[in-house]
Amino acid sequence: MSKNTEFVKFDKVDKSYDGKVLVVKDLNLNISEGEFITMLGPSGSGKTTCLMMLAGFETPTNGEIYLDSNPISNIPPHKRGIGMVFQNYALFPHMTVYENLAFPLRVRKVQKDEIDKKVDKALSMVSLSGFESRMPAQLSGGQQQRVAVARALVFDPAVVLMDEPLGALDKNLRESMQYEIKHIHENIGVTVVYVTHDQGEALTMSNRIAVFNDGKVQQLSSPDKLYEEPVNSFVAEFIGENNTFGGEVTDISKDVCKVKLQNGEILANPVSVTSKGDKTTVSIRPERALINPKDKMDNNQTGKIEEVIYHGDHTRVRLDLLGNKEFILKVPNSSNELDLKLGNEIKVGWNSQDARALDPK
Amino acid sequence: MSSETKQILTTDGIPLEISLKKAERKNKIKAFLLVAPLLLFLIITYIFPIGEMFTRSIDDKMITNMLPKTFKSMETWDGKELPSEEVFASFLSDFKILVEKKEHGKLAQRLNKEKNGFNTITKKLFRQVKRNKIDETQSIKEQIMKVHKRWRNVEYWQAIKRTAPPYTSAKYLKAMDMYLNEDNKITQVSEDRRIHRILWLRTVEVAFFVTVFCFLMGYPIAHLLATLPMKYSNLLMICVLLPFWTSLLVRTASWMILLQQQGVVNDFFVLIGLVSDDNRPEMMYNKVGTYVAMTQILLPFMVLPLYSVMKTISPSLMRAGKSLGGTPFVAFWKVYFPLTIPGIGAGCLLVFILAIGYYITPALVGGASGTLISNQIAYHMKTTLDWSFASAMGLMLLGGVLVIYWLYNKLVGVDNIKLG
Repeated sequence: MSKNTEFVKFDKVDKSYDGKVLVVKDLNLNISEGEFITMLGPSGSGKTTCLMMLAGFETPTNGEIYLDSNPISNIPPHKRGIGMVFQNYALFPHMTVYENLAFPLRVRKVQKDEIDKKVDKALSMVSLSGFESRMPAQLSGGQQQRVAVARALVFDPAVVLMDEPLGALDKNLRESMQYEIKHIHENIGVTVVYVTHDQGEALTMSNRIAVFNDGKVQQLSSPDKLYEEPVNSFVAEFIGENNTFGGEVTDISKDVCKVKLQNGEILANPVSVTSKGDKTTVSIRPERALINPKDKMDNNQTGKIEEVIYHGDHTRVRLDLLGNKEFILKVPNSSNELDLKLGNEIKVGWNSQDARALDPK
Repeated sequence: MSSETKQILTTDGIPLEISLKKAERKNKIKAFLLVAPLLLFLIITYIFPIGEMFTRSIDDKMITNMLPKTFKSMETWDGKELPSEEVFASFLSDFKILVEKKEHGKLAQRLNKEKNGFNTITKKLFRQVKRNKIDETQSIKEQIMKVHKRWRNVEYWQAIKRTAPPYTSAKYLKAMDMYLNEDNKITQVSEDRRIHRILWLRTVEVAFFVTVFCFLMGYPIAHLLATLPMKYSNLLMICVLLPFWTSLLVRTASWMILLQQQGVVNDFFVLIGLVSDDNRPEMMYNKVGTYVAMTQILLPFMVLPLYSVMKTISPSLMRAGKSLGGTPFVAFWKVYFPLTIPGIGAGCLLVFILAIGYYITPALVGGASGTLISNQIAYHMKTTLDWSFASAMGLMLLGGVLVIYWLYNKLVGVDNIKLG
């Protein structure tokens, strides 16, 4: 079965609320059928606005959104057949769990026994069988969340939108719900558009992530690519932890460039620099820099330990390295032989491939 | 906790419950002292006057105290034929005392209310007594009967006996256009004299429709208030509250200016050709005026509870309703509307209760067909000075409100009321 790779399509979409500021700028985004795509970004980056335009609660100022090749800008929300899970669940407080789930079926004039069957199925999918007659207020946050998910799925929509659905849950519950939602997605193969500002959530759940900032998609790629190969310094900064050096390119070849820092020089991977004299920000993931590396690495520096923080499974070490006093290292706690004391000088090495020379900040 | 469970002791060996009570007693006393002034105030200004109103409305002790001996001797009288010599004698002795105290006029007035005709015959008897014409060595019965033929009529003696009990329901019956007839049966007054029942019905009708109008107008306003952005909703809120800051009289007077036949509204109708100049509709001194003015004045009482409830309803609920496939109407009717019921209940109850006792506005713009029961109460308070009748009607109004409250509690549940 060939999947429609343009199942949902944002085509040159602009959105402005006040006619002065564009909240979403020239958005082009294709979502394939059955995909789990996450819109990730800081608040005010336009990701929720995109979701609301897709749901039909906002209209694009310019451009068009297509659902299964049909333009939907002029279709009211209730005719779009898109399921939605809201930030605060938006369960109807005066209806039981059963009535909440039956609502989308009843308005579609589904037969009573058919409704019973579907509600049953949806509730067992979120492992809440037997909760039919409870009121939403009698449920815990996690249970309410699951009811909201079940309600958004019970009428077999083609697309389900989730607007920061786990934001109100505590950390442990949030993690287990992440897996649960992921499994539901895998089992029924529905297209999910998920909005969050939590990068951990985005990385664990999605097929692809669209990183939003300033009304634009900064990068759209799979979680591992996003983390390992950020295309600009915003993405590098926003996803995961990140050590940066600001400098100027002094020499450049195909795979490697020389970057002159304030006090020193490093080799880096030229991602978005093209010629000598370009200003750049070099980004290195903390786990890519090693202490006393055994293998040969093309960047070798010495830093002074400024701070050591014990984190259970690993220890974070903050160094003063090449004038960057915020250089972070993550040391697994299995390597005990290291002498991590404040003020000690240690050797640090990394490959130029992992030091990405991106656009200047 | 069952009594078998072991008693829990504090570290000092005192049972926990006792210790807890001791610790809380101080707080309880403090709390009571804090509310005590208010409680006292309520008792003095509310409970006591209502009790006073009640006793006044059923009080009939005046005549009981005027004719103590008469009523005593009447106890054995069967009330079918003229009473015995003894009754006449005690009546005369009571009457003489009243004449001395110059209270025989009051007696005549009171008896005349019971049965027409007592005024004349009491006056005649008074003259006889004053001139010492009655010889107490002779049969007093014969002598009194000679004073006027009505004293020979058993119906008048029956009327006296009817006034014997110190309490009477007559005022309440009168408020319902009924009275106790000679045989102690509840009878309706003749049709042309039934005014109170019309007033009661009209009061309920006006209160009901004012509530309906307030609801129809207040619901959209409250919704707008709850959904508009802050800067507009504040302005709108001021418009809603403006009537509160204006004197009731001023507001009613401005309605008079607007609604009268040569008023602004009529002028406008004539201007746009809706009505001809010599055929201006009467919009005041009738029910229309009462409806318009009362609806405007009571509108905030509907809007505010509705607003406070609507403010708490998350806009995402309506969106959820729509995204799940409900048309805007279905989403409103199935999701939004049921959630506003506590506000509707509170608003309607408030407006209805206020409307049912409304006084100034109907008095000013109501005219003859727009006055309500409260105007009647005021009339008896100020003009006829029949305070016990006014009290009786006031209490009936209060009783009616309590019944509505009880009904509301049965149907919606008072816990669901949300006033703010």
